[in-house]
Amino acid sequence: MSRLRSGLAGRVLLVGLVWLVAYPLALVLLESVRGPGGWTLEYFRQFLGRYGDWQALWGSLWISLASVLLSAAIGIPLALLFWRYEFPGRRVLGVLVALPAVLPPLVGVIAFLFLYGETGFVARLVQALFRLEQAPWRLEGAMAILLVHGYSMYVYFYLLVRAGLAALDPAMLEAAESLGAGRVRTLRHVILPLLRPSLAGASLLTFMTALASFSAPYIFGGGFRVMTTQIVSSRLNGDYGTAMVETVALTAVALVGLWIIGRTGETTAAASGMKGAGGGIRLQTTGPTRVAVTVISWLLVLGLLLPHLTLLLLSFVPIGTWTVETFPPVYRLVNYLALVRDPERLRPLLNSLWMATAATVVAVGAAVVAGPLVTRRRSRGGTALEGLLGLPWVVPGTVFAIALATAFSVHEPWLGRVILIGTPWLLPLAYLVRNLPITSRAILAGFRGLDPTLDEAAASLGAGRWRTLREVTLPLLRPALSAGAALAFVTALGDFVTSIVLYTYDTRPLSLEILSSLRQGDVGVAAAYGVLLMVLSALAFAAGRDRRTVET
Amino acid sequence: MTPFLEVDRLAKRFAAVVAVNEVTLTLAQGQILALLGPSGSGKTTTLRLLAGFETPDQGRILVEGNDVTATRPAERRFGMVFQHYALFPHLDVGGNVAFGLESLGVRGADLESRVSQALRLVDLQGLDRRQVDQLSGGQQQRVALARALAPEPRVLLLDEPLSNLDPTLRERTRREIRALIRRVGITTVIVTHEQEEAFDLGDLVAVMRQGRVEQVGTPEQLYGAPANPFVAGFVGRASALEGTAVESDALTTRVRVGEAIWSVPSPASGPLRGAVSLMVRPEGLRLGAQSSQGVNGTVIDRRFIGAEALYTVRLASGAELEVIGDPGAAKAGDSVSVHPTGRGILLYPRSGR
Repeated sequence: MSRLRSGLAGRVLLVGLVWLVAYPLALVLLESVRGPGGWTLEYFRQFLGRYGDWQALWGSLWISLASVLLSAAIGIPLALLFWRYEFPGRRVLGVLVALPAVLPPLVGVIAFLFLYGETGFVARLVQALFRLEQAPWRLEGAMAILLVHGYSMYVYFYLLVRAGLAALDPAMLEAAESLGAGRVRTLRHVILPLLRPSLAGASLLTFMTALASFSAPYIFGGGFRVMTTQIVSSRLNGDYGTAMVETVALTAVALVGLWIIGRTGETTAAASGMKGAGGGIRLQTTGPTRVAVTVISWLLVLGLLLPHLTLLLLSFVPIGTWTVETFPPVYRLVNYLALVRDPERLRPLLNSLWMATAATVVAVGAAVVAGPLVTRRRSRGGTALEGLLGLPWVVPGTVFAIALATAFSVHEPWLGRVILIGTPWLLPLAYLVRNLPITSRAILAGFRGLDPTLDEAAASLGAGRWRTLREVTLPLLRPALSAGAALAFVTALGDFVTSIVLYTYDTRPLSLEILSSLRQGDVGVAAAYGVLLMVLSALAFAAGRDRRTVET
Repeated sequence: MTPFLEVDRLAKRFAAVVAVNEVTLTLAQGQILALLGPSGSGKTTTLRLLAGFETPDQGRILVEGNDVTATRPAERRFGMVFQHYALFPHLDVGGNVAFGLESLGVRGADLESRVSQALRLVDLQGLDRRQVDQLSGGQQQRVALARALAPEPRVLLLDEPLSNLDPTLRERTRREIRALIRRVGITTVIVTHEQEEAFDLGDLVAVMRQGRVEQVGTPEQLYGAPANPFVAGFVGRASALEGTAVESDALTTRVRVGEAIWSVPSPASGPLRGAVSLMVRPEGLRLGAQSSQGVNGTVIDRRFIGAEALYTVRLASGAELEVIGDPGAAKAGDSVSVHPTGRGILLYPRSGR
């Protein structure tokens, strides 16, 4: 690869990103202040005056903050438990606990519905146990959303805190101990302060995910309003101007959140001189402690895996066979067989697979091209590239869906706008844009971890740029590449937020087919699709896992 | 000597490896012991056992006659300075030094005065509010010392205290640490793999190998009368030779080395006959013209070290010896003969090893 060509590739990438990432967002901003009669602030005036919008904004904000607190309350103790205590099954359980991460949001939501919903197992059990006339509760409103968020987002705290703990210098703990500090004091005054970067990172991730969350409020929301569902309903009602303003408002909240939480993390990240040492701090449990810790851990993990198991169980239940019984009486393979035999049922699976694959390949390619430009040369182009690659992360998926739908709904080629809406191309394009941040984050981290002297060593041994790339850079990057690809693939495969705005009947993905099966009351098929998504996601993660990663 | 710190047949095994094997040590109040040994010899594990971070499989640790083996590190009141200091990055200098005092319930004005007292001790007064990552390596180490000493521990433990410093700083820091420990008068155990450090800092030096203490003694004892060839080789330079003791009494042993017969002071353990190992210090031999009194060989290397030169001589047997001599005594390639000087040659019975 010649210098000229890599420069050219970089420029093409930059133009492409501006066109696909920055331009649609700019158009949304523009449309929000442009009415039929020219420039106007009318939509904003309407927005500010509408009670429902204020409610939705407030709902989004508080539910996101509450999700952070709830996820922290579950994830941090779990991470500490698995880090501090040695007990039978610790390794296996430690991996299983992170499993909700492979559950696409919509699948998680319906699994929750089947488990804790009005007609779910738990409700039926309680009903049977106390001989109630009706279901004991309805899973609806803010509490239901919060529950689902806590269940699916504690993983961020669990994973980041465990990574932080693994990087903790054990000598810090020994120092505290030899200075007479007990366990509580060590936790409060040494461990938690040192974990502040991890905690800030997890809070940010949870906040942004909760703010962008669409599946849970869409399914469980009932009368409870949040911005994401508000935007989609405005748009479906044809109220485009309002949708634009709501989109701008949600993005603004996301940016403020990013700024505030990002700042708390930064101040301490600079001060902490963590050294990776690891090991030597795990307590061997004995006697009653060992029994207690083991039992608690197994129960916890079982509880966290119940939604997955529910989904699996229901996928074997043929339609119409389960009515009032506590557990379904009939189990068959019909739902899976239908997926294979009925072309109309197979279609969504094939759609999701090819669109996710295409989006993944292009996203990885973009990150690989951007890698050297961003990490090696400190150029303005590199900074711009990195910013553009990361931008879709800041913007909730609903917002991006609206932005793309807006940008590609008119034919103005000289303005870079073509009609893609209604074609099979818009959805994979949307997946690609949404994938860019996670993929490039993983892959750029890989590039940053490369020792630049290796390139120089290869050059001094007579290897050209191409050979260096093929035989030195890419093999070293393989863990980062496969991790980035797996993340991208899984996200695209399970996507619901952008799909619901942009799909056409021919390109309908798995998530929408799940939704429509659910609407038709075909729980078994919905569950079978869910299991399929879960298995495919787990496979992708397993394939993308860095085999050299040391168990922490 | 009334023992202040006693370590009695301490042992620790990790999986299949015996890290510390029946280590017994005794220190008087205010004494400094250096644990010296190659990496993997068990010196750091011994220190961690003393601190309480590891639990021994066997043996006892006593302070003033009280068994502290089962006492948790937090209650043991042993101060520790870690190899990489382990300063809390989220606390400033004052916060670090105050940490141990707060564990003891010291608060308010008393806390403040004791923190500044500890900082004065290490010559860092006034730096209380400085962030630890703004300090130089040497300053960080002094904060670590102040932090360990502030709660007035009974024993001070130092893990490779100089390994993290620039070579240019090491000698000065070593002198400062020694002076500080003397001033405080605290019983101290230092781990090091550098003989010079051990000799400079330790009143007593324990040489360790494969989890065992090979010898404990003053630096002079270790250099002058090493208990075995390993100690002789690890403490100061020594080349190994093989010979046969043909005649031996309490004072002198006559040893056949190659064609020559050398008169060597007998070991403290008594007269010796038969196959022997000789550990020869560079000053134990001198170079001379080839003769029947000496052992003949060839100079294969000459290193100029200032007032003298260090010659490597290969003997006919293939053994290589380091001999110190006049810078002009020989040059590489010369045929020479080596003669004993009457000191610096140590005799050991040749073992099966």
